[in-house]
Amino acid sequence: MGDLPPDPEPPPQPTSSLRNFQVSERRRSREHSRPQLTVPEEVQQIPLDAQILRGSQEMVSNQISRGWSQEASVTPNENFIFQAEEAQRGGIEYPSLNTGFPSEVQPQTYLSEGRLQASHNASLMLQQLQQGEGNLLQQLESAYQEPRADLLGQYTRYQREDLQFSQDTQHGPYLRDDPALQFSPSEPGFMPFNMEVTEPEPRELAVQNAKAYLLQTSVNCDLSLYEHLVNLLTKILNQRPEDPLFLLESLNRTTQWEWFHPKLDTLRDDPELQTTYEMAERQKVLFSRSGGSEAEQEMEEEAAGTAVPNIMEKAFYLEQAGVGLSSDESFRIFMALKQLVGQQPIQTCRFWGKILGLSRNYLVAEVEFREGEEEVEETMEGGEVMEEHAEEESDEGDEGEEKAADVIPKPTWKPPPVVPKEESRNGANKYLYFVCNEPGQLWVRLPHVTPIQIVQARKIKKFFTGFLDAPVISYPPFPGNEANYLRAQIARISAATQISPLGFYQFSEEEGDEEEEGGARRDSYEENPDFEGIPVLELVDSMANWVHHTQHILPQGRCTWVNPLQKTEEEELGEEEEKADEGIDEAGQEVGPPLLTPLSEDAEIMHMSPWTARLSCSLSPQYSVAVVRSNLWPGAYAYASGKKFENIYIGWGHKYSPENFNPSLPAPVQQEYPSGPEIVEMSDPTVEEEQALAAAEEEEEEEEEEEEEEDEGQDD
Amino acid sequence: MDEESLLLSLELASGSGQGLSPDRRASLLTSLMLVKRDYRFDRVLFWGRILGLVDDYYIAQGLSEDQLAPRKTLYSLNCMEWSLLPPATEEMEMQTSVVKGRFMGDPSHAYEHTELQKVNEGEKVFEEEVVVQIKEETRLVSIIDQIDKAVAVIPRGALFKTPFGPIRVNRTFEGLSLSEAKKLSSYFHFREPAELKNKTLLEKADLDPSLDFMDSLEHDIPKESTCHSPEDPQRAPRPCAMPSEAPGSNELRMGPGCKVKSHIF
Repeated sequence: MGDLPPDPEPPPQPTSSLRNFQVSERRRSREHSRPQLTVPEEVQQIPLDAQILRGSQEMVSNQISRGWSQEASVTPNENFIFQAEEAQRGGIEYPSLNTGFPSEVQPQTYLSEGRLQASHNASLMLQQLQQGEGNLLQQLESAYQEPRADLLGQYTRYQREDLQFSQDTQHGPYLRDDPALQFSPSEPGFMPFNMEVTEPEPRELAVQNAKAYLLQTSVNCDLSLYEHLVNLLTKILNQRPEDPLFLLESLNRTTQWEWFHPKLDTLRDDPELQTTYEMAERQKVLFSRSGGSEAEQEMEEEAAGTAVPNIMEKAFYLEQAGVGLSSDESFRIFMALKQLVGQQPIQTCRFWGKILGLSRNYLVAEVEFREGEEEVEETMEGGEVMEEHAEEESDEGDEGEEKAADVIPKPTWKPPPVVPKEESRNGANKYLYFVCNEPGQLWVRLPHVTPIQIVQARKIKKFFTGFLDAPVISYPPFPGNEANYLRAQIARISAATQISPLGFYQFSEEEGDEEEEGGARRDSYEENPDFEGIPVLELVDSMANWVHHTQHILPQGRCTWVNPLQKTEEEELGEEEEKADEGIDEAGQEVGPPLLTPLSEDAEIMHMSPWTARLSCSLSPQYSVAVVRSNLWPGAYAYASGKKFENIYIGWGHKYSPENFNPSLPAPVQQEYPSGPEIVEMSDPTVEEEQALAAAEEEEEEEEEEEEEEDEGQDD
Repeated sequence: MDEESLLLSLELASGSGQGLSPDRRASLLTSLMLVKRDYRFDRVLFWGRILGLVDDYYIAQGLSEDQLAPRKTLYSLNCMEWSLLPPATEEMEMQTSVVKGRFMGDPSHAYEHTELQKVNEGEKVFEEEVVVQIKEETRLVSIIDQIDKAVAVIPRGALFKTPFGPIRVNRTFEGLSLSEAKKLSSYFHFREPAELKNKTLLEKADLDPSLDFMDSLEHDIPKESTCHSPEDPQRAPRPCAMPSEAPGSNELRMGPGCKVKSHIF
């Protein structure tokens, strides 16, 4: 745009941004080459002092404003700072280098394109800034107070261009042409260079097209080439390095980087990250009560009694014992349990505890459905049942065996019979468990546990990750995913550590039969209405005052023994056993200690009693709570005070072992074929051996003939 | 935990289920104050609790001005009377490595361990069974030391190194931002650096010598040895106290003596 420079555009050119005016005044003559972008459209505050534009000296800017509209000066060079800003806004006017129209290029042409990005105020300002003319700028400022909102984008051009114009007068395309509007009193009395509106010429169209092309945003991000170049050139003009061509590459990189790492304003706050907000939103739901008209009804219902236990009271006692979660977390758990009770047909519910995991934790609730509520079989139950031994392969005989029949030997291995899992509401599956990661999240039901899962869970030790569908990769392989493993551990912990004071539960009266064989299964109990409570001191002193009220799990993985070889299930007493060592089950039948066995019967581990009992506060024994802690399952606690007691587990879900865990070694490699002479390698006989053998045979024949002859001779 | 922020820190650390009953808390606050005065510590931290069969040990550590200098460890059974423990030595560690099982809770309890020792008598060399007695106090000292070396974690920026050498608390530390808190590289092991000199020059060029003078958690083996849950809502609103907590690091040491431990700065 050679035209532009010489253009003596008076700065006050209305069309161009104010700055331009000033700038142009100053520097008109300077560089034509750099069209002044100016007119930052949304300049909100025109930084008066921005010197940025020195580069843009072009006064062309004035015209530019017009010019932009017309031709998209595609040349990157043209993007000056101003432009850059504007470009960001979308629709910056370029200094029309090419066309050099200063004037009345209809800005509208680029209206649409422009508004792509929001321009930054600052940038605009910068642009404008250069000038320091106070007057004009001030005018501009006032004019530009408008929000940089994009809605103004369309008008921005106008605005920018004419700082002088008031905000209201932007709407007409030809507004600027009004000479009266263009001049501000403070401006020097230059005449606007071009006041006439020009028709878009083919060249302009070409320019517009080119600009449109440049303004396309890239596929990967929101940045368009136009903007990027604008930024780059702005940067260069700001910094004025010594040898810009040489540094172009690095400046390019830096500019790109900066686009994605905006420098944060120290006066403004960062937007908070969303994850914590989402969590808070979820938990907010917990605290809301369901809607208005039913509120009264609900109050009555709730006052009457619900299945939700009084978590806060338990939390208080546990806190006395030095265990437990903080009070606000306990309250949230309380609300979450309430939510669970509302969603599922639950008869009794209890907060079982918390299992810690690597990424997330599990909150576990133990529930019992109402009678008659059928629990739908979960599809994820059991997961994939994998074979027990990973190395089992069917023995495929070598096909090249010497037998002509080529029969592949059949494998003789048969998988061990699968032990059927227990029915719901029986044994290890007596209760249903729901888990969630955080209070507020949906409760997920855990599938019932199968005996094989318990057996395998005893052999491995894996930390929980917090995701229910995570695979459990271990040897021996665990048949299931993390949900199954979790359920198995919950079953083991419950069986081992759920205790109550002696006398709280008693066997039901109807079960008169106490014989061991056949007969009643003593696997049900009920609360003792006459329970008086045991003094705390006694509870602490002797372990005989506590009993297990859950059935022990036999080595088979069930609470009641089932002979897997027989189809029918034998009735056996579900008996509990010492925690530490499994019972004997050689011939098959496994027995365990009966229900409601006192803790004093539990075996020791390494000369250490499996339970530790304390008073919660030795300084005030009269108000203390008796606390019992399991040494076998670290994290299992129980407290009792008067008639109240409760169990809880908070821990990692693993059993205590004095030695570090050693995973079992893989099984030895199996034999492929039975050894026999057919397959034993022998070396071929050598030539000498064969000859010797032949010679020996001949001798034998000769001997035989001789004998025959002798025999015949003797017969005579 | 500093005694000033003890209550707050206990609330934050309660996620793993261990806490202190109110009477213990109250007595801790009082007694730690007295300990600080008597031993003239610059700061007294409540280190944690080791569970024993008969009784539990409550451990506190006192620091001087230099944060990385060896600390004095004290223990108590009732949170009121504190006794100083001897500093840990390598020999102690070797001795106690043979002892397994839980702590008894009685500091004077002696573990017996029989081992075969070669005894030279004259010209004969034969093995004799020698019963070695190891005191529980020794075991306590070495366990605390091992735990500290393994899992004491501190966020980047909480301490800085002055040009003269001593390490000081950074008073302008306001906690880590959320994105930084999720990265393992923003946490350091709170002990003398062992890996730092093995870093290449390129890596060292990015480090700031006044802040990065300890080993970061990034290169720990196994990879998952420290974990934390960034979505815990408690963390976000309390940037000052939160980011320095690493409850996940407790998992490494639940064996010999269950303990509660976190450093809150």
